[in-house]
Amino acid sequence: MPKRTDIQSVLVIGSGPIVIGQAAEFDYSGTQACRVLKAEGLRVILVNSNPATIMTDPEIADATYVEPITPEFVEKIIAKERPDALLPTLGGQTALNTAISMHEQGVLEKYGVELIGANVEAINKGEDRDLFKGVVEAVKAKIGYGESARSVICHSMDDVLAGVETLGGYPVVVRPSFTMGGAGSGFAHNEDELRRIAGQGLTLSPTTEVLLEESILGWKEYELELMRDKNDNVVVVCSIENFDPMGVHTGDSITVAPAMTLTDREYQRLRDVGIAIIREVGVDTGGCNIQFAVNPDDGRIIVIEMNPRVSRSSALASKATGFPIAKIAARLAVGYTLDEIPNDITEKTPASFEPTLDYVVVKVPRFAFEKFPLADATLTTTMKSVGEAMAIGRNFTEALQKALRSLEKKGSQFAFTGEPGDKADLLEIAKVPTDGRINTVMQAIRAGATPEEVFDATKIDPWFVDQMFLIKEHADELAAAERLDPELLAEAKRHGFSDAQIAGIRGLREDVVREVRHALGVRPVYKTVDTCAAEFAAKTPYFYSSYDQESEVAPREKPAVIILGSGPNRIGQGIEFDYSCVHASFALSDAGYETVMVNCNPETVSTDYDTSDRLYFEPLTLEDVLEIVHAETLAGPIAGVVVQLGGQTPLGLAQALKDNGVPVVGTPPEAIHAAEDRGAFGRVLAEAGLPAPKHGTATTFDEAKAIADEIGYPVLVRPSYVLGGRGMEIVYDETRLSSYIAESTEISPTRPVLVDRFLDDAIEIDVDALYDGTELYLGGVMEHIEEAGIHSGDSACALPPITLGGFDIKRLRISTEAIAKGVGVRGLINIQFAMAGDILYVLEANPRASRTVPFTSKATAVPLAKAAARISLGATIAELRAEGMLPKTGDGGTLPLDAPISVKEAVMPWSRFRDIQGRGVDTVLGPEMRSTGEVMGIDSVFGTAYAKSQAGAYGPLPTKGRAFISVANRDKRSMIFPARELVAHGFELLATSGTAEVLRRNGINATVVRKQSEGEGPNGEKTIVRLIHDGQVDLIVNTPYGTGGRLDGYEIRTAAVARSVPCLTTVQALAAAVQGIDALTHGDVGVRSLQEHARHLTAAREV
Amino acid sequence: MTISTRGAAKAPAVLVLEDGRSFRGRAYGAVGETFGEAVFNTGMTGYQETLTDPSYHRQVVVMTAPHVGNTGVNDEDDESKKIWVAGYVVRDPARVPSNWRSSRSLDEQLTEQGIVGISGIDTRALTRHLRERGAMRVGIFSGEALADEQTLLARVQEAPQMVGASLAAEVSTDASYVVPAIGEKKFTVAAIDLGIKGMTPHRMAERGIEVHVLPATATAEQVYAVAPDGVFLSNGPGDPSTVDLTVVKAVLDRRTPLFGICFGNQILGRALGFGTYKLKYGHRGINQPVQDRTTGKVEVTAHNHGFAVDAPLDKVSETPYGRAEVSHVCLNDDVVEGLQLLDQPAFSVQYHPEAAAGPHDAAYLFDRFVQLMEGQRA
Repeated sequence: MPKRTDIQSVLVIGSGPIVIGQAAEFDYSGTQACRVLKAEGLRVILVNSNPATIMTDPEIADATYVEPITPEFVEKIIAKERPDALLPTLGGQTALNTAISMHEQGVLEKYGVELIGANVEAINKGEDRDLFKGVVEAVKAKIGYGESARSVICHSMDDVLAGVETLGGYPVVVRPSFTMGGAGSGFAHNEDELRRIAGQGLTLSPTTEVLLEESILGWKEYELELMRDKNDNVVVVCSIENFDPMGVHTGDSITVAPAMTLTDREYQRLRDVGIAIIREVGVDTGGCNIQFAVNPDDGRIIVIEMNPRVSRSSALASKATGFPIAKIAARLAVGYTLDEIPNDITEKTPASFEPTLDYVVVKVPRFAFEKFPLADATLTTTMKSVGEAMAIGRNFTEALQKALRSLEKKGSQFAFTGEPGDKADLLEIAKVPTDGRINTVMQAIRAGATPEEVFDATKIDPWFVDQMFLIKEHADELAAAERLDPELLAEAKRHGFSDAQIAGIRGLREDVVREVRHALGVRPVYKTVDTCAAEFAAKTPYFYSSYDQESEVAPREKPAVIILGSGPNRIGQGIEFDYSCVHASFALSDAGYETVMVNCNPETVSTDYDTSDRLYFEPLTLEDVLEIVHAETLAGPIAGVVVQLGGQTPLGLAQALKDNGVPVVGTPPEAIHAAEDRGAFGRVLAEAGLPAPKHGTATTFDEAKAIADEIGYPVLVRPSYVLGGRGMEIVYDETRLSSYIAESTEISPTRPVLVDRFLDDAIEIDVDALYDGTELYLGGVMEHIEEAGIHSGDSACALPPITLGGFDIKRLRISTEAIAKGVGVRGLINIQFAMAGDILYVLEANPRASRTVPFTSKATAVPLAKAAARISLGATIAELRAEGMLPKTGDGGTLPLDAPISVKEAVMPWSRFRDIQGRGVDTVLGPEMRSTGEVMGIDSVFGTAYAKSQAGAYGPLPTKGRAFISVANRDKRSMIFPARELVAHGFELLATSGTAEVLRRNGINATVVRKQSEGEGPNGEKTIVRLIHDGQVDLIVNTPYGTGGRLDGYEIRTAAVARSVPCLTTVQALAAAVQGIDALTHGDVGVRSLQEHARHLTAAREV
Repeated sequence: MTISTRGAAKAPAVLVLEDGRSFRGRAYGAVGETFGEAVFNTGMTGYQETLTDPSYHRQVVVMTAPHVGNTGVNDEDDESKKIWVAGYVVRDPARVPSNWRSSRSLDEQLTEQGIVGISGIDTRALTRHLRERGAMRVGIFSGEALADEQTLLARVQEAPQMVGASLAAEVSTDASYVVPAIGEKKFTVAAIDLGIKGMTPHRMAERGIEVHVLPATATAEQVYAVAPDGVFLSNGPGDPSTVDLTVVKAVLDRRTPLFGICFGNQILGRALGFGTYKLKYGHRGINQPVQDRTTGKVEVTAHNHGFAVDAPLDKVSETPYGRAEVSHVCLNDDVVEGLQLLDQPAFSVQYHPEAAAGPHDAAYLFDRFVQLMEGQRA
């Protein structure tokens, strides 16, 4: 039965900003879905507050709303667009929750919108713990397998002790009922521990109740991805096995596809349970993901949970198998059945089959604990990773080692040199799952641990443990061999050793190993991901490398452009860079090139086999890229390699690629050096007569001290060549400067530390521009809301700039052009300026696509990344203006006065992290970037746009209630006007004594509340922290005091995170929020699609 | 330093195809030489079941999944009393098996049963070659059997072809035996063993059927001597055109409920007057989409067949036993996957509803067989 004819328009909800646990994978799935629905002739209406997504590109949907994903805003969109249906299963938990809440409020019924893809009952059955337990019981009754973890509810210590017997002994998990954030829960391994934990739990629980659950820690963990159509056809798309056993969130585990250690009988049992569950839950069209734990001693199966929607795992499964789950889910939702949908890869066989793999896929998580030094780095059932890399190999060892080097992180690859350390210590460390545990295990093996010892410490399956030994034995052979002969090298490569690793083992240089290898003819071949293990011919060139015999890269006629992607998402290098790479691919394909994408991030649109003409799912190291270039050189002509759009990862390869004879297009490596090297850049600025803050570079403390003494404290210190302000800090005194230099590991004579004068109270400005060698196109000028000193990635900003005048823009334009010309840019450049007093300082320049390119492109309706890609390959700005890719006249610096105002707000991951005592981590912004994502608010005036950005990022700003204000001395003056405004809007003000005093002197009433350090008052007066926890504060303004008084602020801010109370940590944000609150109070806030904004802007430009 | 225990310690081996292409790897399992028809299997699980499936008799099986042997060998999952494949080709054999049911390693099991194999070759390249050129004869050589490739090629080309091979008798049981019903006995079935897999009588037994497994040479008299409520024709190796159809025709003449699987489907097809033909490279895997044309539903199924029935998909055919239609079809390539008679109780499928290895989607076919027998009684 083909497509439904009663649906003409569909509303798709995206997943909003990138946060831990909900990342770029939903852009990938949402983009696929929107394209499919549009191709089916449906009108697609999209809402997503995240501008850095491909799905919010105006050509992906018919009406694109970059508006907050809250029931209020989505209702406004529904009222305006009147869609026939709503597809909520492709935007993660955010979309699902929003849809359910609108269903519950009767909004969907009111407007006659049908929920497609999943019904409310099914969603509830899948998501509600108790209902799902019932589902699992029903399945067991039907087919005889599958159960939930056994548990007993206890109300006394006697109950608890008896409960352990019922569960079959220790260890047990104790979970007190109704405590916040799982407080008081823990593992009890014996009666002493049980008495302690359960005793405390019974006290903590308001109902004196604890749940005792059997422990499944250390069990094998599996996931299945399933799809079902309206005719009840079900297929299992992929099985995934976790390398890390139960106890680590699957998002934080190393995972492997297909499952490696199940017999057919056991696998089919999981499949039977999975199918029975999808039927019982009633997901009628679409995908779901089910997690299982399997007891390694007897095969007992426990069903952990299911997600009745497209998930992170389904994105991984799609990339791992070539079976596009989201695309097919969208088709199923509009009425097709699996057998009616062709398999894209073979084109001849239908989607109603189960992919089979003749390769192994390994995913490894990427963490950012270095950004949160106080956070507890133990891996638990709460996801903490910020990104992931995937690799494909013909066997596990090859895939694993490729994945580890894809992480692009110091120490992520196995090291076989140096002393491993003490075996017993290493095994002890390996007991606790952490980032890099696999490397600890390898060191333990090197230190002489036996397979049994490794298994006992980690419960990692013996087959995986043996694979680790296999790798180690190859390393030993490499070390022991007299010389590198072809067989030895080929064998090492077949197990994933990189040239760099071999070089380390042999004490050679990496390029020497590569030369030897090439001379011996040991090179990789490229195999195809084809869903069917070569049973049918594949039409889609989706490749991975392997040291095998036969390559499948076909010759081609058209000149190819190879685009290097950005690798795993990390803080500072996220989805924004993928956006630019995808745009380059689209633009260059339109311009007649064959596009070749290289990337290793499974979450992204760039690694969709549909995005480019060819996809190489490969690590972004010099070795891997050189081999791809070689393979493509054999296939046909190469027009160039684009390194400018994927962030620092490909940029860092530029010089080495060029040195190896690779045609790098766009800004040449020498120009990149001119921008990144302090000395060279200083000369560029000096020649152009542009001021930069006083600065110097140092490789020792003495040098740093001399510079700081000369330019005066505070100084901004940071390592050179880093991304996202890694290690950047504002240093106020010599003591800290000394400890900073001592702690910093990345300083060396070739990598000095930069010491800059810190500009207090400056306005920070970001500029994105295009330069073709003669003409400058100012893409956009963004004014930061927070002052300089807060990393630009963490700062909110407005475009067009809200307080800069024509003269300022003119100065910015002249400076930008001088730098672009001086550096030698061909393509995009991003420059950060600081306006202090009346001087415009240049902070830094990045000769590449920046994090703000998607935001600027959307705010000005001009595709900057596409234009940059074209300029890289020789087009001029004049040509692009004539073509219509850039506006005929004017640019982002000459936006019409009535152009909409766009506000970008960063989204921080505070709520994800706890320190080892289980307390929240501090939320103060600083020069090191820590945000994971961003949202955009767009409207005709700043206040509304800002309010929308806040609603999109953290939830709506309050329009009434109690506001607590506590600011640092230096902020006290600028606080007075916004505070007065809050009172005028009817807010009751609370303040600590110092702030209250200043307010009162200015005629503003504020109630004094007790500081945390003062404790509760004699008459039970609550401290501010208690008030926040009790839900009695609606808005918090708390700016950090520097070092003193910091702890109080910490308590306040972490309480705000825990209770989700809006918390402003700068006075500039307070001023903006007041404008937002004002806009929300006055008149209705409307919604407008990007397409409408663009029409408006284009019309205004042509006047 | 650890002494390497991996395959490198093993002897070199070479695989030679009848068209002259060769692959060099290392010996896996027994050292020596073997010949057979090269076929590839795309299942990612179930090597133990595959190896012991008699339908693979005289075939050299190439596993497309690179890692084989990870779960070792256990005492429960064999589908017959021994390994039947003529040779085994894998890329990355496990060194250490890991499973609570495992009793020994696959390598040991292959060596013990004298199965010559090869590992460490580009199995995907070999698979693609077989896909493009079709299944063909192959030889695997290691140890003393190694010689120059021309000599080896000549020996491969001397080996017998699969077309025209009558193999059922070679794999069938010598004497009949009974698989008792589990629980209350409801029916008796005479199952003709043309290479039957252990799971098939088990699936019937689960449904209250007492299964009398008879040798391939069983006559109609011997079949009816057990007073069957139904007759079952099993899977098995070889070319269906070599099979004597006397027994199946006798069963059809007496209108006894009949169910056939795989080879049994081809035999029923031939008895109905349809032809059979050799597929270019066959269906061997556990992910094949088959549509039940009576319900329109798609089931994911286990396949192992190199031959197929040539029957029209678009119409009901007239046969000596009344009207017949194609009941199941493979959606990948429109190959006939099932037949049913409309005027009397007989049906068959080309694939494996007993699974082992493979998904359980098609287990309902055993219920259909039960229904036919119930219908006959009523």
